[in-house]
Amino acid sequence: MKYEYKAIGRGDMMADKRVGKQTVKLGNPPSVISTVSIVGPKEGDGPLRQTFDLVIDDEMWGEKTWEKAESKIVREAWSRVLEKASKTPDDINYVIAGDLLNQCIATTFGLRGSSVPYLGIYGACSTVCESLGIGSLLIDGGFADNVVCITSSHFCSAEKQFRFPLELGTQRPPTAQWTVLGCGGALISNQGQGPYITHVTAGKIVDMGVNDANNMGGAMAPAAADTIVNHFKDTGFTPDYYDLILTGDLGIVGKSICEEIVNESGFHVSEKLNDCGLMIFDRIRQDVHAGASGCGCSATVFAGYIYQEIMKGNLKKVFLVATGALLSPTSIQQGESIPSIAHGITLSSTLQ
Amino acid sequence: MIKELTHKEYREYVEKKSPKSRVLRNTIRAFIVGGLISVIGQFINNFFTSRGMDIDTAGSLASIIMVFLGALFTGLNIYDDLGKFAGAGSIVPITGFANSIVSPAMEFKSEGYVMGVGARMFVVAGPVLVYGISASIIAGIIYYLLK
Repeated sequence: MKYEYKAIGRGDMMADKRVGKQTVKLGNPPSVISTVSIVGPKEGDGPLRQTFDLVIDDEMWGEKTWEKAESKIVREAWSRVLEKASKTPDDINYVIAGDLLNQCIATTFGLRGSSVPYLGIYGACSTVCESLGIGSLLIDGGFADNVVCITSSHFCSAEKQFRFPLELGTQRPPTAQWTVLGCGGALISNQGQGPYITHVTAGKIVDMGVNDANNMGGAMAPAAADTIVNHFKDTGFTPDYYDLILTGDLGIVGKSICEEIVNESGFHVSEKLNDCGLMIFDRIRQDVHAGASGCGCSATVFAGYIYQEIMKGNLKKVFLVATGALLSPTSIQQGESIPSIAHGITLSSTLQ
Repeated sequence: MIKELTHKEYREYVEKKSPKSRVLRNTIRAFIVGGLISVIGQFINNFFTSRGMDIDTAGSLASIIMVFLGALFTGLNIYDDLGKFAGAGSIVPITGFANSIVSPAMEFKSEGYVMGVGARMFVVAGPVLVYGISASIIAGIIYYLLK
């Protein structure tokens, strides 16, 4: 059989959905038709406890290792997000997912029984926006009807890989952040009544030379600011367009630096800016120092609180900017600084 | 403009924006807890010498008991909370050394007894052993030559 393709010359192909340097304005914005959030006991004790679908009662969740527990959480999120949207695996064209562990084992082991084309991604803590962004492009481009995006992190398995053993008696510096045990997932579709993903602003790698792995907020803040400012420049939006501009996990130090950089660029975001890393825990009572981190942080805050507030009509337009520190234990030991990234997506309750 | 700072200037700026460790509070806590651990060790030592044991044997026995207690409280998930409170106060005494060996052993048990516990046990204490033993050998050689 002869392969047929549209008879247009390559020169005629234009990426007509691009606006500015980094942003895509989706022609057929996909809807987020269901979300799921599963968290650990500490997150379940925090201010957002009512917004999660499931709070597990211990870090092992009946498994023998933390890695197995994290995979089980991913598996559970996968089945719940389908169930909530009344879909079966056959309806899903792609699952795009990632976590913090080497080779993304939490995700791949959790999804190995899913029987759906899988795209594994690593964006450190920016994974939630990276997966939703890629999924939106696939749907808008006509390559998929339904895409599931899943992001997870586990406090214990992440500490084990990136820092010290949990039982080691050390003090964390005040700039350290607490990795969230949580998994957030969303099913996005070309059917549905919103909330819609209308714009995707992919971030650039930004490195301002911070090499302290205990101050990731400070390292990631310029990347977050870069994506926010470029999103405004690309789209022509101002902070007034949004009800909320929500960064991923900058914490108290990173948020204030990010705010300062964006304000200096002429976009006054102070009243609209918040940070998932400052929302999920009560920073003082739960003793998490500068705030929360981990890709499960922005994933569960988005899949829980933000999604519910949009559905209730309390939030209409949200710019979610998940931030990632692209370091590894090896790069830190070799004295490298921390390259960072932030990907942004616009969530809108209507298409107006 | 923050965006135009050099890497070094930005690092200094981040440093300025970051909350500082509470050095005075941490030092006082370390002094009290570290002192208490040492007093317990001394108490054990005195107990044995008062029973007629010679001072070297009593010292070794006290160290062994303190190491055991450090390992035990690590296994009971208590030593990390003590460490969070006391900082150097519970790291520097010999109990802290036990903690630094037992905690990775517990953590990496999931990778098996050979490549997990066996290989990873000294991931924290290893450098202390390597440089501690090296330094004592050098000091020994110098002592031998000068004697």
